[in-house]
Amino acid sequence: MASYSTNEFRGGLKLILDNDPCSIIENELVKPGKGQAFNRVKMRNLKTGRVLEKTFKSGESVEAADVIDVDMEFSYNDGEFWYFMDPNTFEQVAAPDSALVDSGKWIKAQELCTVTLWNGAPLVVTAPNFVELAVTETDPGLKGDTAQGGTKPATLESGAVVKVPLFIEEGEMLKVDTRSGEYVSRVKS
Amino acid sequence: MTQRWQPTAALKTLKERARILQSIRAFFDQRNVLEVETPVISRAAITDPQIESFSTQFHQKDFYLHTSPEFYMKRLLASGSGDIYQIVKVFRDDENGKNHNPEFTMLEWYRLGFNHHQLMDEMELLLSRLMIKGKIKFQRLSYQQAFINQFEIDPFDSDVFQLKQVAERFNIETPQGMDDDRDMWLDWLMVEKIAADFPKDIFTFLYDYPASQASLARLDKEDSRKANRFELFYGELELANGFYELTDADEQAKRFDNDNIVRQQRGQKLMPIDECLLDALKSGLPECSGVAIGIDRVMMVIMGADHINEVISFGDEFSG
Repeated sequence: MASYSTNEFRGGLKLILDNDPCSIIENELVKPGKGQAFNRVKMRNLKTGRVLEKTFKSGESVEAADVIDVDMEFSYNDGEFWYFMDPNTFEQVAAPDSALVDSGKWIKAQELCTVTLWNGAPLVVTAPNFVELAVTETDPGLKGDTAQGGTKPATLESGAVVKVPLFIEEGEMLKVDTRSGEYVSRVKS
Repeated sequence: MTQRWQPTAALKTLKERARILQSIRAFFDQRNVLEVETPVISRAAITDPQIESFSTQFHQKDFYLHTSPEFYMKRLLASGSGDIYQIVKVFRDDENGKNHNPEFTMLEWYRLGFNHHQLMDEMELLLSRLMIKGKIKFQRLSYQQAFINQFEIDPFDSDVFQLKQVAERFNIETPQGMDDDRDMWLDWLMVEKIAADFPKDIFTFLYDYPASQASLARLDKEDSRKANRFELFYGELELANGFYELTDADEQAKRFDNDNIVRQQRGQKLMPIDECLLDALKSGLPECSGVAIGIDRVMMVIMGADHINEVISFGDEFSG
């Protein structure tokens, strides 16, 4: 079983803590000149996304988490699992709903996502920061109203609903920021 | 090409650093304290289990980079040097972070006939001269009083189980890997709660540490549960460590041996004891007090820096 000593701690290192995989955000050495050293560590639980703080006596070893990020193409969703394929190896993985969090509503077939694998199994699926999706449903556009504010909801082909300007029409392609869930622009065809 | 070649400190900081070094030298020159230089690499090394030396080789024999110039400076004192000071780079393995760089600059000085409180007085004079900001404030607090104020316990009479109870009572996290070592718990309560609660913008001298943490300080004449060792903090940042020096060669030899016993128990490398220092003590070390101040940390205080890299010309050698 691989493990890391506190003196190997650095940002991005993946550890197992209370049976969950975590990623180190910050590691601070606290050491009295003549006394016991401690490491104050801030980390993210990769399963829950929660940030936690924990202190270790320096010199402690902590189990390493076998966690890697792989870019994979979304294939399809069978109602139970989301299937992704590594475009290089053609290897397939099935991710449960819980791994998608918010990502599911932003992706369509062939979308390249970051799949975080823990011991080979999908832990988190992250959609690209920007996606391009067609509008499948929205109220009719208001001609000429390109300058003024005002928004309306639009349903996209992936199922997400975003606020769009009033001039957007069904069938148009939009660029959307998946982190904020906001409309960015029309995509010219 | 990356920007990695550039210094980590601003030129303004390096100029301020030069000014600080000049004022330190002027301060000791006025007081007839002699500047000395001693070897950085030596055959013997510090035995303290909490401090790791870098090692190197010469003709297939192990040598160590010093973690402080203390042993050589005491040999000078025993040989009749009188008051001495030194500004020198020292090296500590495994210490890296926002307040630590594995090599750092130390100012160390010794005053004959001073006890530790007299030395603290002199440190106040020096620091008042170095600080650019108008008024600076100092406070002195005994280790015992600090624990009584904060936790209502006497650290000298508390065993490890009482210390654990204190941690629980005050909702203090228990670090992973703690065992039943009393000093480990004292250190933890110290850094986590006591030092953390020191007033932000003033210098705090914490003095008379537990005898188990005497290091190279003498035990108190009236109360052997405590040692005449002190530390200086700015806010919670530790700046200096000093001793009313132990002059007893037998007691010193015992402490070295005990350090190596602890090292063995913990699976650490045994360190070669400095027999020359012991012989110097036997021949007679004058009554004196000595202190080591981390100059980089002092610079952090002066410049208001958050990371030690900001005050060292090239502070990122050990990062990444």
